[in-house]
Amino acid sequence: MSITPTNLRIVSTLKKHSMASLIEKGLRIDGRKLNEYREITIIPNYIAKAEGSAYVKVGGTVVIAGLKVGVGTPFPDTPNDGVITVNAEFVPFASPTFEPGPPDENAIELARVIDRSIRELRVVDLSKLAIIPGEKVYILWLDIYVFDHDGNLLDASMLAAMTTLLTAKIPKAVVKEEKNVELNKEEKIPLPINNKVVTVTVGKVNNKLIIDPTVDEEQILECKLAVSISEDGRIAGMQKMGTGVFTEDEVLEAVKLAKEASKTLLAKINEALSKVQ
Amino acid sequence: MKPEGLKLINEEGLRVDGRKPDELRPVVMEVGVLKNADGSAYVQQGNTKVIAAVYGPREIHPKHLTLPDRAILRTRYHMVPYSTDERKSPAPTRREIELSKVIREALESVIFVELYPRTTIDVFIEVIQADAGTRTAGIMAASLALADAGIPMRDLVAAVAVGKVDGQLVLDINQLEDEYGEADMPIAMMPSLGKIVLLQLNGVLTEEEFKQALQLAKKGIMKLYEYEQQALRKKYVEIKPEEV
Repeated sequence: MSITPTNLRIVSTLKKHSMASLIEKGLRIDGRKLNEYREITIIPNYIAKAEGSAYVKVGGTVVIAGLKVGVGTPFPDTPNDGVITVNAEFVPFASPTFEPGPPDENAIELARVIDRSIRELRVVDLSKLAIIPGEKVYILWLDIYVFDHDGNLLDASMLAAMTTLLTAKIPKAVVKEEKNVELNKEEKIPLPINNKVVTVTVGKVNNKLIIDPTVDEEQILECKLAVSISEDGRIAGMQKMGTGVFTEDEVLEAVKLAKEASKTLLAKINEALSKVQ
Repeated sequence: MKPEGLKLINEEGLRVDGRKPDELRPVVMEVGVLKNADGSAYVQQGNTKVIAAVYGPREIHPKHLTLPDRAILRTRYHMVPYSTDERKSPAPTRREIELSKVIREALESVIFVELYPRTTIDVFIEVIQADAGTRTAGIMAASLALADAGIPMRDLVAAVAVGKVDGQLVLDINQLEDEYGEADMPIAMMPSLGKIVLLQLNGVLTEEEFKQALQLAKKGIMKLYEYEQQALRKKYVEIKPEEV
């Protein structure tokens, strides 16, 4: 059951007013423009034990994603495809409002939005991840962990997820007798990738649209629209979040903003990749 | 994987169930279908069947869950085990948890929650037969049930999913089109205010296709809005002979 949250982060009314009135004038409390991201840091291969990983910092938000790989049976409806599972957890120390326990609706929503964009765009070429078609395939677990919450968890998580997939090296599968499969950790191959995707979350405050809200700014947002954009500029998923409403024009403007801002994020990913290779 | 030779749109431009691209499935809507709930409604769209019920505004325990300046909303979207091809476990799936959240958020923007501080309004949606479009049917049933419960709202909510199948945009997709189509975009609006309260996209569209999909959805939503009003009138306005 989904319940209206009552343990919201407290932001003083004065600060709320000043944030809102600045946005009304096209300014932000931290000096940014309405369509400007905070400083973004991406460190690929942050966790040596994972087959792929990335540390992402957007402003004060810290997310680390990691990929682990195993062998398993495919789903009956896609017998010749590997399997990818996306999971997200908000650790309790990341925010005073987070509690220990299984992922709540926000973490589940975040993971599912990322999963859908990656899946629908066929970012990972799962058809190349069958080991014995119909019987044994690669299973990929992409785990996204939020360690510090300073707003805009979704965009940061998608950056971490995408960088992880792009830099992942998975162990080569060796088929032994009686169709036993072993993963050879000595020989690693890059994950087959078709496309790149980033997510841009656009927030609405008093009919103004902003991107990359801080955790305090999130308290004055009426609602948000997350738009996933592929490297070739197509829309690869959308999710309206929060209790406010959008007009049709606002949605179209949000998509435009997202498309524009996606270039910044893709450039950041490519910059991080160039340092690895 | 799409079965070989399956065509979702035939040579005459018609869909697998014989509909035109911009045609809705047959709709049945009924208000006040349950005895105990404060408000209830049944919505059927093609083979999708949904019942929604509302309790409240009512007290909630523990009290610390309440808010001093408004009602809270508790929403559950649930599919019953026999609603799908394969039995669905009755335990809440990740999908149901996500949908409960987006439906709650959609309804919170519609209800005048500030009129009922320190209370809860409970909305329960049960999908009894699933054939795509269950969240959109569910949110319409919920909006009718809220109206039936006499809870003040800014407008009714009408909702529909636009899909892309065989490269073409189509209105109100069914299960086959959802499974083998390229995109599924559920959208819910307050039709007379022109406000979007729920919007999701699962799939890939160009910006131009998205614009067209929005227009197509709006067309369907205006039709569904009329059906909703008819369903409410049928319960509350029509004078039945035996009552005269």
